[in-house]
Amino acid sequence: MTTATPAATASVDYLLHLADNALVLGQRNAEWCGHGPILEEDIAMANISLDLIGQARLLYQAAAEQMGQGTTEDRLAYFRDVPEFRNYTLLELPHSPPLAGTAASDRDYATTIVRNFLYSALMVMVWESLQQSRDSQLAAIAAKSLKEVRYHLRHARDWLIRMGDGTEESQARAQSALNHLMPYTQEFWTASAFEQAAQSDGTGLDMAALKTDWQALVQDTVAEAQLQTPPSKGFVPTGKHGVHSEHLGFLLAEMQGLARAHPQANW
Amino acid sequence: MTGPRTPEIPAELQAVWQALEVLADPEIPVVSLRELGILRGIRQTDAGLEVVITPTYSGCPAMGQIEDDVRALLQQQGWDAKVVTQLSPAWTTDWMTPAAKDKLRAYGIAPPQACAEHAADHGGASRVLRFAARAAATEAIPCPRCGSSLTTETSHFGSTACKALYKCLDCQEPFDYFKPY
Repeated sequence: MTTATPAATASVDYLLHLADNALVLGQRNAEWCGHGPILEEDIAMANISLDLIGQARLLYQAAAEQMGQGTTEDRLAYFRDVPEFRNYTLLELPHSPPLAGTAASDRDYATTIVRNFLYSALMVMVWESLQQSRDSQLAAIAAKSLKEVRYHLRHARDWLIRMGDGTEESQARAQSALNHLMPYTQEFWTASAFEQAAQSDGTGLDMAALKTDWQALVQDTVAEAQLQTPPSKGFVPTGKHGVHSEHLGFLLAEMQGLARAHPQANW
Repeated sequence: MTGPRTPEIPAELQAVWQALEVLADPEIPVVSLRELGILRGIRQTDAGLEVVITPTYSGCPAMGQIEDDVRALLQQQGWDAKVVTQLSPAWTTDWMTPAAKDKLRAYGIAPPQACAEHAADHGGASRVLRFAARAAATEAIPCPRCGSSLTTETSHFGSTACKALYKCLDCQEPFDYFKPY
Protein backbone atom coordinates (compact mmCIF):
# COMPACT_ATOMS: atom_id res chain seq x y z
CA MET A 1 0.00 0.00 0.00
CA THR A 2 1.60 3.27 -1.10
CA THR A 3 -1.07 5.69 0.03
CA ALA A 4 -2.30 5.85 3.58
CA THR A 5 -6.05 5.47 3.59
CA PRO A 6 -7.81 7.18 6.46
CA ALA A 7 -9.41 4.80 8.89
CA ALA A 8 -13.16 4.30 9.00
CA THR A 9 -15.55 2.02 10.83
CA ALA A 10 -17.87 -0.37 9.03
CA SER A 11 -21.53 0.17 9.88
CA VAL A 12 -23.28 -2.16 12.30
CA ASP A 13 -25.69 -3.23 9.55
CA TYR A 14 -22.86 -4.19 7.25
CA LEU A 15 -21.03 -6.15 9.96
CA LEU A 16 -24.26 -7.91 10.91
CA HIS A 17 -24.88 -8.83 7.29
CA LEU A 18 -21.47 -10.53 7.07
CA ALA A 19 -21.85 -12.10 10.52
CA ASP A 20 -25.39 -13.38 9.94
CA ASN A 21 -24.31 -14.98 6.66
CA ALA A 22 -21.59 -16.92 8.46
CA LEU A 23 -23.70 -17.82 11.48
CA VAL A 24 -26.79 -19.00 9.59
CA LEU A 25 -24.79 -21.16 7.18
CA GLY A 26 -22.67 -22.43 10.08
CA GLN A 27 -25.83 -23.44 11.96
CA ARG A 28 -27.33 -25.08 8.86
CA ASN A 29 -24.19 -27.07 8.07
CA ALA A 30 -23.91 -28.15 11.70
CA GLU A 31 -27.19 -30.04 11.25
CA TRP A 32 -25.08 -32.70 9.59
CA CYS A 33 -23.17 -33.29 12.80
CA GLY A 34 -23.80 -36.94 13.63
CA HIS A 35 -25.79 -37.40 10.40
CA GLY A 36 -23.10 -37.01 7.74
CA PRO A 37 -23.24 -39.34 4.74
CA ILE A 38 -19.81 -40.70 5.69
CA LEU A 39 -17.65 -40.11 8.75
CA GLU A 40 -15.09 -37.94 6.93
CA GLU A 41 -17.83 -35.65 5.62
CA ASP A 42 -19.47 -35.47 9.02
CA ILE A 43 -16.17 -34.18 10.39
CA ALA A 44 -15.56 -31.91 7.41
CA MET A 45 -18.93 -30.24 7.82
CA ALA A 46 -18.41 -29.79 11.57
CA ASN A 47 -15.00 -28.23 10.87
CA ILE A 48 -16.46 -25.87 8.28
CA SER A 49 -19.25 -24.87 10.66
CA LEU A 50 -16.71 -24.18 13.35
CA ASP A 51 -14.83 -21.82 11.03
CA LEU A 52 -18.03 -20.05 10.00
CA ILE A 53 -19.23 -19.62 13.57
CA GLY A 54 -15.75 -18.40 14.54
CA GLN A 55 -15.89 -15.79 11.78
CA ALA A 56 -19.39 -14.79 12.88
CA ARG A 57 -18.16 -14.32 16.46
CA LEU A 58 -15.37 -11.98 15.41
CA LEU A 59 -17.82 -9.92 13.35
CA TYR A 60 -20.46 -9.84 16.11
CA GLN A 61 -17.79 -8.74 18.58
CA ALA A 62 -16.87 -5.86 16.26
CA ALA A 63 -20.55 -4.89 15.88
CA ALA A 64 -21.22 -5.20 19.61
CA GLU A 65 -18.29 -2.97 20.46
CA GLN A 66 -19.67 -0.31 18.18
CA MET A 67 -23.21 -0.61 19.53
CA GLY A 68 -22.02 -0.23 23.13
CA GLN A 69 -24.59 -0.19 25.96
CA GLY A 70 -23.52 -3.61 27.11
CA THR A 71 -24.26 -5.32 23.78
CA THR A 72 -22.53 -8.68 23.47
CA GLU A 73 -21.94 -11.15 20.66
CA ASP A 74 -24.38 -13.52 22.39
CA ARG A 75 -27.14 -10.91 22.41
CA LEU A 76 -26.69 -10.40 18.69
CA ALA A 77 -26.73 -14.10 17.90
CA TYR A 78 -29.44 -15.27 20.30
CA PHE A 79 -31.78 -12.36 20.97
CA ARG A 80 -32.61 -10.94 17.57
CA ASP A 81 -35.65 -12.05 15.59
CA VAL A 82 -36.07 -12.98 11.94
CA PRO A 83 -36.58 -9.44 10.53
CA GLU A 84 -33.36 -8.28 12.20
CA PHE A 85 -31.23 -10.93 10.48
CA ARG A 86 -29.41 -9.67 7.39
CA ASN A 87 -28.18 -12.93 5.83
CA TYR A 88 -28.77 -13.98 2.23
CA THR A 89 -31.91 -16.11 1.91
CA LEU A 90 -29.78 -18.76 0.14
CA LEU A 91 -28.05 -19.61 3.40
CA GLU A 92 -31.14 -20.31 5.50
CA LEU A 93 -32.79 -22.81 3.15
CA PRO A 94 -33.00 -26.41 4.39
CA HIS A 95 -30.69 -29.07 2.96
CA SER A 96 -33.35 -30.29 0.59
CA PRO A 97 -34.98 -29.76 -2.79
CA PRO A 98 -37.67 -27.05 -3.09
CA LEU A 99 -40.40 -29.16 -1.54
CA ALA A 100 -38.72 -29.30 1.81
CA GLY A 101 -38.63 -32.42 3.87
CA THR A 102 -38.49 -32.02 7.60
CA ALA A 103 -36.85 -35.20 8.82
CA ALA A 104 -33.08 -35.61 9.07
CA SER A 105 -33.36 -38.50 6.62
CA ASP A 106 -34.72 -36.11 3.97
CA ARG A 107 -31.53 -34.06 3.90
CA ASP A 108 -29.83 -33.95 0.56
CA TYR A 109 -26.04 -33.63 0.58
CA ALA A 110 -25.96 -32.29 -2.99
CA THR A 111 -27.93 -29.24 -1.82
CA THR A 112 -25.41 -28.74 0.99
CA ILE A 113 -22.44 -29.00 -1.35
CA VAL A 114 -23.90 -26.77 -4.07
CA ARG A 115 -24.79 -24.06 -1.55
CA ASN A 116 -21.35 -24.20 0.08
CA PHE A 117 -19.80 -23.99 -3.35
CA LEU A 118 -21.83 -20.97 -4.50
CA TYR A 119 -21.25 -19.12 -1.23
CA SER A 120 -17.56 -20.00 -0.78
CA ALA A 121 -16.82 -18.97 -4.38
CA LEU A 122 -18.30 -15.58 -3.53
CA MET A 123 -16.63 -15.21 -0.15
CA VAL A 124 -13.14 -16.00 -1.46
CA MET A 125 -13.53 -12.84 -3.53
CA VAL A 126 -15.30 -10.81 -0.84
CA TRP A 127 -12.74 -11.54 1.89
CA GLU A 128 -9.89 -10.97 -0.51
CA SER A 129 -11.25 -7.53 -1.27
CA LEU A 130 -12.14 -6.70 2.34
CA GLN A 131 -8.52 -7.17 3.36
CA GLN A 132 -8.20 -3.61 2.03
CA SER A 133 -11.19 -2.34 3.98
CA ARG A 134 -10.64 1.02 5.65
CA ASP A 135 -11.99 -0.60 8.81
CA SER A 136 -8.80 -2.21 10.11
CA GLN A 137 -10.62 -4.70 12.33
CA LEU A 138 -12.78 -5.85 9.41
CA ALA A 139 -9.64 -6.10 7.26
CA ALA A 140 -8.02 -8.31 9.92
CA ILE A 141 -11.10 -10.56 10.11
CA ALA A 142 -11.10 -10.77 6.30
CA ALA A 143 -7.46 -11.91 6.21
CA LYS A 144 -8.23 -14.75 8.63
CA SER A 145 -11.50 -15.71 6.98
CA LEU A 146 -9.90 -15.80 3.54
CA LYS A 147 -7.52 -18.56 4.64
CA GLU A 148 -10.50 -20.63 5.77
CA VAL A 149 -12.93 -20.01 2.95
CA ARG A 150 -10.26 -21.08 0.45
CA TYR A 151 -10.34 -24.65 1.69
CA HIS A 152 -14.13 -24.53 2.12
CA LEU A 153 -14.25 -23.74 -1.60
CA ARG A 154 -11.82 -26.53 -2.41
CA HIS A 155 -13.91 -29.00 -0.42
CA ALA A 156 -17.22 -28.00 -2.04
CA ARG A 157 -15.71 -27.81 -5.51
CA ASP A 158 -14.14 -31.26 -5.25
CA TRP A 159 -17.43 -32.78 -4.16
CA LEU A 160 -19.48 -30.96 -6.76
CA ILE A 161 -17.23 -32.37 -9.48
CA ARG A 162 -17.34 -35.83 -7.93
CA MET A 163 -21.14 -35.73 -7.78
CA GLY A 164 -21.70 -34.19 -11.21
CA ASP A 165 -19.21 -36.49 -12.87
CA GLY A 166 -20.37 -39.44 -10.80
CA THR A 167 -23.37 -41.74 -11.00
CA GLU A 168 -26.72 -41.01 -12.61
CA GLU A 169 -28.21 -40.48 -9.18
CA SER A 170 -25.48 -38.12 -7.92
CA GLN A 171 -25.52 -36.16 -11.16
CA ALA A 172 -29.30 -35.75 -11.07
CA ARG A 173 -29.17 -34.56 -7.48
CA ALA A 174 -26.34 -32.12 -8.12
CA GLN A 175 -28.13 -30.70 -11.16
CA SER A 176 -31.41 -30.32 -9.35
CA ALA A 177 -29.66 -28.61 -6.42
CA LEU A 178 -28.01 -26.18 -8.86
CA ASN A 179 -31.35 -25.47 -10.53
CA HIS A 180 -32.97 -24.90 -7.16
CA LEU A 181 -30.31 -22.67 -5.62
CA MET A 182 -28.91 -20.64 -8.51
CA PRO A 183 -31.78 -18.10 -8.62
CA TYR A 184 -31.09 -17.24 -4.97
CA THR A 185 -27.61 -16.01 -5.90
CA GLN A 186 -29.21 -12.96 -7.55
CA GLU A 187 -29.29 -11.47 -4.09
CA PHE A 188 -25.47 -11.23 -4.14
CA TRP A 189 -25.51 -8.52 -6.81
CA THR A 190 -28.36 -6.20 -5.85
CA ALA A 191 -26.76 -3.79 -3.43
CA SER A 192 -28.67 -2.85 -0.31
CA ALA A 193 -28.42 0.63 1.21
CA PHE A 194 -25.89 -0.55 3.82
CA GLU A 195 -23.73 -2.23 1.18
CA GLN A 196 -23.78 0.92 -0.95
CA ALA A 197 -22.82 2.99 2.08
CA ALA A 198 -19.99 0.58 2.93
CA GLN A 199 -18.74 0.74 -0.64
CA SER A 200 -18.69 4.52 -0.73
CA ASP A 201 -17.00 4.99 2.64
CA GLY A 202 -14.35 2.40 1.75
CA THR A 203 -15.20 -0.11 4.46
CA GLY A 204 -16.99 -2.42 2.01
CA LEU A 205 -16.71 -3.24 -1.68
CA ASP A 206 -18.51 -3.13 -4.98
CA MET A 207 -20.27 -6.50 -5.07
CA ALA A 208 -21.44 -6.11 -8.66
CA ALA A 209 -17.78 -5.89 -9.74
CA LEU A 210 -17.24 -9.49 -8.55
CA LYS A 211 -20.03 -10.93 -10.68
CA THR A 212 -18.00 -11.72 -13.81
CA ASP A 213 -15.22 -13.49 -11.91
CA TRP A 214 -17.72 -15.37 -9.78
CA GLN A 215 -19.66 -16.54 -12.84
CA ALA A 216 -16.42 -17.66 -14.50
CA LEU A 217 -15.43 -19.67 -11.45
CA VAL A 218 -18.88 -21.24 -11.17
CA GLN A 219 -19.10 -22.05 -14.86
CA ASP A 220 -15.62 -23.54 -14.91
CA THR A 221 -16.52 -25.94 -12.10
CA VAL A 222 -20.00 -26.74 -13.37
CA ALA A 223 -18.55 -27.61 -16.76
CA GLU A 224 -15.86 -29.80 -15.20
CA ALA A 225 -18.62 -31.52 -13.24
CA GLN A 226 -20.46 -32.28 -16.52
CA LEU A 227 -23.43 -30.22 -15.33
CA GLN A 228 -25.41 -27.37 -16.88
CA THR A 229 -25.40 -23.84 -15.46
CA PRO A 230 -29.07 -23.02 -14.96
CA PRO A 231 -30.39 -19.54 -15.63
CA SER A 232 -30.37 -17.22 -12.68
CA LYS A 233 -33.59 -15.28 -12.97
CA GLY A 234 -36.97 -14.67 -11.38
CA PHE A 235 -37.72 -13.34 -7.92
CA VAL A 236 -34.74 -11.70 -6.24
CA PRO A 237 -34.66 -12.80 -2.59
CA THR A 238 -34.61 -10.16 0.13
CA GLY A 239 -33.00 -11.86 3.12
CA LYS A 240 -30.38 -9.16 3.65
CA HIS A 241 -33.22 -6.62 3.94
CA GLY A 242 -34.71 -8.68 6.76
CA VAL A 243 -37.49 -10.24 4.66
CA HIS A 244 -36.77 -13.95 4.83
CA SER A 245 -38.16 -17.29 3.75
CA GLU A 246 -40.28 -19.27 6.22
CA HIS A 247 -37.24 -21.43 7.02
CA LEU A 248 -35.19 -18.94 9.03
CA GLY A 249 -37.65 -18.85 11.92
CA PHE A 250 -37.30 -22.60 12.48
CA LEU A 251 -33.52 -22.39 12.29
CA LEU A 252 -33.43 -19.57 14.84
CA ALA A 253 -35.89 -21.37 17.12
CA GLU A 254 -33.52 -24.29 17.37
CA MET A 255 -30.41 -22.14 17.68
CA GLN A 256 -31.79 -19.57 20.13
CA GLY A 257 -34.14 -21.73 22.21
CA LEU A 258 -31.71 -22.60 24.97
CA ALA A 259 -30.29 -19.10 25.38
CA ARG A 260 -33.78 -17.60 25.51
CA ALA A 261 -35.07 -20.16 28.01
CA HIS A 262 -32.16 -19.36 30.34
CA PRO A 263 -31.23 -15.77 29.47
CA GLN A 264 -28.83 -15.25 32.37
CA ALA A 265 -27.16 -18.63 32.10
CA ASN A 266 -23.42 -18.98 32.03
CA TRP A 267 -21.58 -22.05 30.84
CA MET B 1 7.64 -12.60 6.27
CA THR B 2 5.50 -10.15 8.23
CA GLY B 3 5.03 -12.14 11.38
CA PRO B 4 6.81 -11.46 14.64
CA ARG B 5 7.98 -15.02 15.09
CA THR B 6 10.61 -13.98 17.60
CA PRO B 7 9.15 -10.88 19.16
CA GLU B 8 11.47 -8.41 20.80
CA ILE B 9 10.88 -8.44 24.50
CA PRO B 10 12.11 -5.50 26.58
CA ALA B 11 14.63 -6.55 29.24
CA GLU B 12 12.36 -5.64 32.14
CA LEU B 13 9.65 -7.97 30.81
CA GLN B 14 11.92 -10.92 30.16
CA ALA B 15 10.99 -12.58 33.44
CA VAL B 16 7.29 -12.63 32.52
CA TRP B 17 8.07 -13.85 29.02
CA GLN B 18 10.22 -16.68 30.38
CA ALA B 19 7.48 -17.70 32.80
CA LEU B 20 4.95 -17.89 29.95
CA GLU B 21 7.24 -20.28 28.11
CA VAL B 22 5.93 -23.21 30.17
CA LEU B 23 2.45 -22.84 28.70
CA ALA B 24 1.72 -25.59 26.21
CA ASP B 25 -0.99 -25.91 23.61
CA PRO B 26 -3.98 -27.59 25.32
CA GLU B 27 -4.52 -29.91 22.37
CA ILE B 28 -0.88 -30.67 21.48
CA PRO B 29 0.93 -30.52 24.82
CA VAL B 30 4.41 -31.14 23.39
CA VAL B 31 4.69 -27.64 21.92
CA SER B 32 4.55 -24.32 23.74
CA LEU B 33 2.27 -21.43 22.84
CA ARG B 34 5.34 -19.37 21.93
CA GLU B 35 6.70 -22.04 19.59
CA LEU B 36 3.35 -22.24 17.82
CA GLY B 37 3.30 -18.48 17.32
CA ILE B 38 0.13 -18.04 19.38
CA LEU B 39 1.90 -16.05 22.09
CA ARG B 40 2.70 -12.93 20.17
CA GLY B 41 4.27 -10.51 22.60
CA ILE B 42 4.16 -8.65 25.82
CA ARG B 43 4.13 -4.90 26.31
CA GLN B 44 3.86 -2.20 28.90
CA THR B 45 1.06 0.25 28.08
CA ASP B 46 -0.50 3.16 29.96
CA ALA B 47 -3.24 0.75 30.99
CA GLY B 48 -0.71 -1.73 32.41
CA LEU B 49 0.97 -4.90 31.28
CA GLU B 50 -0.53 -6.61 28.22
CA VAL B 51 0.14 -10.12 26.94
CA VAL B 52 -0.82 -10.44 23.28
CA ILE B 53 -2.12 -13.69 21.83
CA THR B 54 -3.47 -14.46 18.39
CA PRO B 55 -6.13 -16.97 17.40
CA THR B 56 -5.15 -19.78 15.07
CA TYR B 57 -8.36 -20.75 13.25
CA SER B 58 -11.19 -18.26 13.90
CA GLY B 59 -13.32 -21.02 15.38
CA CYS B 60 -10.59 -22.84 17.31
CA PRO B 61 -12.25 -24.07 20.52
CA ALA B 62 -8.87 -24.15 22.29
CA MET B 63 -8.53 -20.36 22.24
CA GLY B 64 -10.72 -19.89 25.32
CA GLN B 65 -8.61 -22.42 27.20
CA ILE B 66 -5.39 -20.77 26.03
CA GLU B 67 -6.55 -17.36 27.20
CA ASP B 68 -7.54 -18.81 30.59
CA ASP B 69 -4.17 -20.58 30.91
CA VAL B 70 -2.25 -17.38 30.21
CA ARG B 71 -4.38 -15.39 32.65
CA ALA B 72 -4.08 -18.04 35.37
CA LEU B 73 -0.31 -18.19 35.08
CA LEU B 74 0.02 -14.41 35.23
CA GLN B 75 -2.19 -14.31 38.30
CA GLN B 76 -0.33 -17.13 39.97
CA GLN B 77 2.96 -15.28 39.46
CA GLY B 78 1.44 -12.12 40.85
CA TRP B 79 1.56 -10.07 37.65
CA ASP B 80 -1.30 -7.74 37.02
CA ALA B 81 -1.65 -8.11 33.28
CA LYS B 82 -4.37 -8.12 30.67
CA VAL B 83 -4.62 -10.71 27.89
CA VAL B 84 -5.22 -9.04 24.54
CA THR B 85 -6.29 -10.89 21.38
CA GLN B 86 -4.84 -9.49 18.19
CA LEU B 87 -5.96 -10.66 14.75
CA SER B 88 -3.55 -8.90 12.43
CA PRO B 89 -1.28 -10.04 10.89
CA ALA B 90 -3.22 -13.29 10.66
CA TRP B 91 -1.58 -16.28 12.30
CA THR B 92 0.20 -18.65 9.96
CA THR B 93 1.84 -22.02 10.47
CA ASP B 94 4.97 -20.42 8.96
CA TRP B 95 5.57 -18.85 12.39
CA MET B 96 6.07 -22.23 13.97
CA THR B 97 9.68 -22.65 15.08
CA PRO B 98 11.82 -25.46 13.61
CA ALA B 99 12.10 -26.90 17.13
CA ALA B 100 8.30 -27.04 17.36
CA LYS B 101 8.12 -28.86 14.04
CA ASP B 102 10.59 -31.46 15.29
CA LYS B 103 8.55 -31.95 18.45
CA LEU B 104 5.36 -32.37 16.43
CA ARG B 105 7.03 -35.02 14.28
CA ALA B 106 8.30 -36.87 17.32
CA TYR B 107 4.76 -36.74 18.73
CA GLY B 108 3.40 -38.42 15.58
CA ILE B 109 2.02 -35.35 13.80
CA ALA B 110 3.51 -34.41 10.44
CA PRO B 111 4.50 -30.73 10.72
CA PRO B 112 3.10 -28.19 8.23
CA GLN B 113 4.90 -27.47 4.98
CA ALA B 114 5.64 -23.82 4.19
CA CYS B 115 2.67 -21.83 3.02
CA ALA B 116 4.35 -18.46 2.45
CA GLU B 117 3.72 -18.72 -1.28
CA HIS B 118 -0.02 -19.08 -0.63
CA ALA B 119 0.06 -16.15 1.72
CA ALA B 120 1.60 -14.01 -1.01
CA ASP B 121 -1.02 -15.29 -3.41
CA HIS B 122 -3.53 -12.51 -2.89
CA GLY B 123 -4.06 -11.73 -6.55
CA GLY B 124 -7.24 -11.63 -8.58
CA ALA B 125 -9.74 -14.22 -9.62
CA SER B 126 -7.34 -16.05 -11.92
CA ARG B 127 -5.35 -16.95 -8.83
CA VAL B 128 -8.50 -18.03 -7.06
CA LEU B 129 -9.23 -20.36 -9.92
CA ARG B 130 -5.76 -21.74 -9.83
CA PHE B 131 -5.90 -22.29 -6.09
CA ALA B 132 -9.24 -24.00 -6.36
CA ALA B 133 -7.96 -26.43 -8.95
CA ARG B 134 -8.07 -29.95 -7.67
CA ALA B 135 -5.49 -30.92 -5.15
CA ALA B 136 -3.43 -33.05 -7.53
CA ALA B 137 -0.38 -30.81 -7.22
CA THR B 138 0.02 -31.02 -3.46
CA GLU B 139 3.46 -32.05 -2.33
CA ALA B 140 4.24 -35.29 -0.57
CA ILE B 141 3.87 -35.21 3.21
CA PRO B 142 6.51 -37.46 4.81
CA CYS B 143 5.23 -40.00 7.32
CA PRO B 144 6.25 -38.89 10.84
CA ARG B 145 6.90 -42.52 11.84
CA CYS B 146 8.91 -44.08 9.03
CA GLY B 147 9.79 -41.01 6.96
CA SER B 148 8.38 -42.43 3.72
CA SER B 149 6.96 -39.87 1.32
CA LEU B 150 4.54 -42.45 -0.08
CA THR B 151 1.55 -41.09 1.80
CA THR B 152 -2.02 -40.26 0.88
CA GLU B 153 -4.66 -37.89 2.25
CA THR B 154 -7.57 -39.79 3.76
CA SER B 155 -9.49 -36.67 4.68
CA HIS B 156 -8.66 -32.98 4.49
CA PHE B 157 -10.55 -32.49 7.76
CA GLY B 158 -9.26 -34.36 10.78
CA SER B 159 -9.58 -34.54 14.53
CA THR B 160 -9.16 -30.77 14.94
CA ALA B 161 -9.58 -27.83 12.56
CA CYS B 162 -5.81 -27.55 12.08
CA LYS B 163 -5.15 -31.16 11.05
CA ALA B 164 -5.81 -33.42 8.09
CA LEU B 165 -5.88 -37.20 8.21
CA TYR B 166 -3.19 -39.02 6.23
CA LYS B 167 -2.08 -42.59 5.76
CA CYS B 168 1.40 -43.93 5.09
CA LEU B 169 1.43 -46.40 2.21
CA ASP B 170 4.71 -47.94 3.39
CA CYS B 171 4.25 -48.55 7.10
CA GLN B 172 0.44 -48.40 6.78
CA GLU B 173 0.09 -46.13 9.81
CA PRO B 174 -2.57 -43.43 9.74
CA PHE B 175 -1.29 -40.06 10.98
CA ASP B 176 -2.33 -36.44 11.50
CA TYR B 177 -0.89 -33.72 9.30
CA PHE B 178 -0.82 -30.18 10.68
CA LYS B 179 -2.12 -28.27 7.64
CA PRO B 180 -0.35 -25.16 6.35
CA TYR B 181 -2.57 -22.17 7.22
